[in-house]
Amino acid sequence: MRGFADLSLRWKIPLRVMAAVLGTAVAVTTALLVRDYEDIRQSLETHAKSIGRVLASTLVAPVLHDDLWRTFEILQLAGEAHPASAELQAEIMMVLDSERRIFVSTRPREFPVGKRPEDLGGGLGALADSIAWREGVRQQVLEPTGAAHYFVVSPLVADGELLGHVVLGYAKAAFRPRYFDLVGRAAAVTLLVLMIILPVSWVWARRTGAPLLELSEALSSLPDDLDTARRAKLPVSRDEIGQLADAFRRMIAELEAKKELESQVMVSERLAAVGRLSAGIAHEINNPLGGMLTAIKTYQRHGGADPMADQTLSLLERGISQIRNTVSALLVETKPTDRPLSPADINDLLILAEPAAQAKSISIAVQSQLSAPVPLPATLLRQIILNLLLNAIAAAADDGRVSLDLAVGDGMVRVTVGNDGKHIPEERMDYIFEPFTTDRDKGHGLGLWIVYQIVQQLKGSIVVESQPGWTNFIIEVFHVRLAEEPAQAVPDRG
Amino acid sequence: MSMSDDNFVGGLTDRRRFLMGIGGAAALAVGHPSSVLAGEPAVPKGALRIGLTPVFLDDQMSFTARWRSWFEEKLERPVAFVQRGSYRDVVDLVRSGKIDFAWLCGFPYVRHRHQMRLVAVPVWRGQPLYQSYLIAEAQNIGIRSRADLTGTVFAYSDPDSNSGYLYPQFQLRSAQLDPASFFGRSFFTWSHRKVVEAVSIGLASGGAVDGYVWETLAVTRPDLAQGTRIIEKSPFFGHPPFVARPGIPAADLERFQSVLVGMAADPQGAALLRRLRLDGFTPGSPDLYDGIARMMATVLKT
Repeated sequence: MRGFADLSLRWKIPLRVMAAVLGTAVAVTTALLVRDYEDIRQSLETHAKSIGRVLASTLVAPVLHDDLWRTFEILQLAGEAHPASAELQAEIMMVLDSERRIFVSTRPREFPVGKRPEDLGGGLGALADSIAWREGVRQQVLEPTGAAHYFVVSPLVADGELLGHVVLGYAKAAFRPRYFDLVGRAAAVTLLVLMIILPVSWVWARRTGAPLLELSEALSSLPDDLDTARRAKLPVSRDEIGQLADAFRRMIAELEAKKELESQVMVSERLAAVGRLSAGIAHEINNPLGGMLTAIKTYQRHGGADPMADQTLSLLERGISQIRNTVSALLVETKPTDRPLSPADINDLLILAEPAAQAKSISIAVQSQLSAPVPLPATLLRQIILNLLLNAIAAAADDGRVSLDLAVGDGMVRVTVGNDGKHIPEERMDYIFEPFTTDRDKGHGLGLWIVYQIVQQLKGSIVVESQPGWTNFIIEVFHVRLAEEPAQAVPDRG
Repeated sequence: MSMSDDNFVGGLTDRRRFLMGIGGAAALAVGHPSSVLAGEPAVPKGALRIGLTPVFLDDQMSFTARWRSWFEEKLERPVAFVQRGSYRDVVDLVRSGKIDFAWLCGFPYVRHRHQMRLVAVPVWRGQPLYQSYLIAEAQNIGIRSRADLTGTVFAYSDPDSNSGYLYPQFQLRSAQLDPASFFGRSFFTWSHRKVVEAVSIGLASGGAVDGYVWETLAVTRPDLAQGTRIIEKSPFFGHPPFVARPGIPAADLERFQSVLVGMAADPQGAALLRRLRLDGFTPGSPDLYDGIARMMATVLKT
């Protein structure tokens, strides 16, 4: 059934439970009624047979003495034994003689003395056919087809001589009122029980289905609306639904992580693309700039006497040098050879940052675990830390605070630089490391770009935690194998 | 006098009430006249023993108890009623002297006239006489005369009853008919009232019944009597008499006779008589039963 298959669990589970409850109730009631039917039937039969037996033994004498009236009186008394319960009352009571004629019956007008049952029609003809007339058959319970009665036939035997038969006919219909009464009572009890059980089952079924519905609704809001999905009221339990809810929560967490990762990947890919682009441009620009500067220097060495030309060329040289510096800043490249980072480097950096800090009356809190040189390129680390420190000092408020934290861990160093300046809004986070991105008037916005490029090249990580009142830049870099620098580093190339 | 008190011939329903169930049926069978021989009556020593049958006087313990105590008061000696299911049992008790008096039918009295002494004859409707009624099923309008009963089921009361057996036998023989083959089937009910019952319910198409019992039933049990229809009334016969055993002391006989004859004059006796629907008792004379004697001669001859 398509319609039911499409029905919501909100209805399906309760309806199924209802169906199960109803089915059980009907099945149990039916089974009990069938058993009761058999019981009643059996007890009626037992009753009828015992009456038949007693009558057969009681009637031997009157039948033997051909005492019709006495036989009649005894039959009538036996027939009135149960005036209260109609089904125990034999409707037809008769004695058949040895020639199978009616010796006497309790309804003489319908079953007159001397007639043969088969001549009287009704069910009696069929009865006469179905009786086993031979001697030795003790009692027979017969239900001739088409007859409205069932019959108990008991032989009348005196001294081994078959005198006749006592026939008791019980109306099948008389049995029904008692059975229907029973059916009615069983139905009433079942209904009563159902009236109690059904609402309870309904509520239970609804409660069983509720977490699934909640889950389903939460799922339907995926993958776009993770917040709604996270807020779904899912059960905490150890059953399957609880496990499902756990799995769902894990899935939400992973989806969130994935989303986070995706945005990070996007940011770093963008940064990488920008890096490749700027590196390409820088190379292309650097080469002609180098040629230009060499030409200018050559001219100045051999120089003409034209002071105008000297002045112009000097102007060109400064401009080109500035371009080359800017381009060089874009082009961050680590060098395989460097000396290890030592505690003295940190002191140097603090001295370098001191003037800027003093200008804004900013105190720098330093916590360094660095007590011995670590295998990290000192030049690059210095560049990173100095950039971050200067950024922090610039970002911090006047009389503010800046912190520098160096933690040395298992094969790595964590540098945390914090300030109490304005926090970085969410929407700026994705662009913070891009070049020429700055919210300040001073600076060209290359500081963080350089930091990012260096950290990338050192295969480290950089994390920004910014909330109102405090912003941390956390950098983690792993130890590298360093080739000791043979000479002073050459800052530029090409 | 209430209706149920009056209903001395309608005792079957009362009896059914305490003979409920199959056990009752068995008890009834045991109490049956043909199944139990008349034994020695267990009565107090020195008591006057009076035999009764249900043939026309139905069992009604309260009535018989009151009648007995009335007898005891009048006779100034203990009285025991000895009840038996058939006339024959009572006749045997009288003939063997085991009871002193008995209320019998005219037929056994005539039959054993030389062994019994007539004590008193009931007076009914002013005469010591009654009739035998031939009755038929009221519904069965096809039966208008005795001839219509040929081949049917017929109910007699008691083989020693005049009205319920001897007279119909005599009638058939007078008409040159064989009673054994005239009816399809016949049976005894051992009581006049039950003849009426058997005919009214259709168990028998016809029956022979004491006219006095039928007329009484017509008043006390109209439901029973209305189920039957009188198709023939016999000539008048002497009413079933009280008889005495052979060798009864003359004083006892005279005393009992005078008590019976004086019953109508006694207030309590008169009340009892009203319940019996009799006017009283008269000493009567044996020749009241000559008619019965003639019929008996005809019937027993063959």
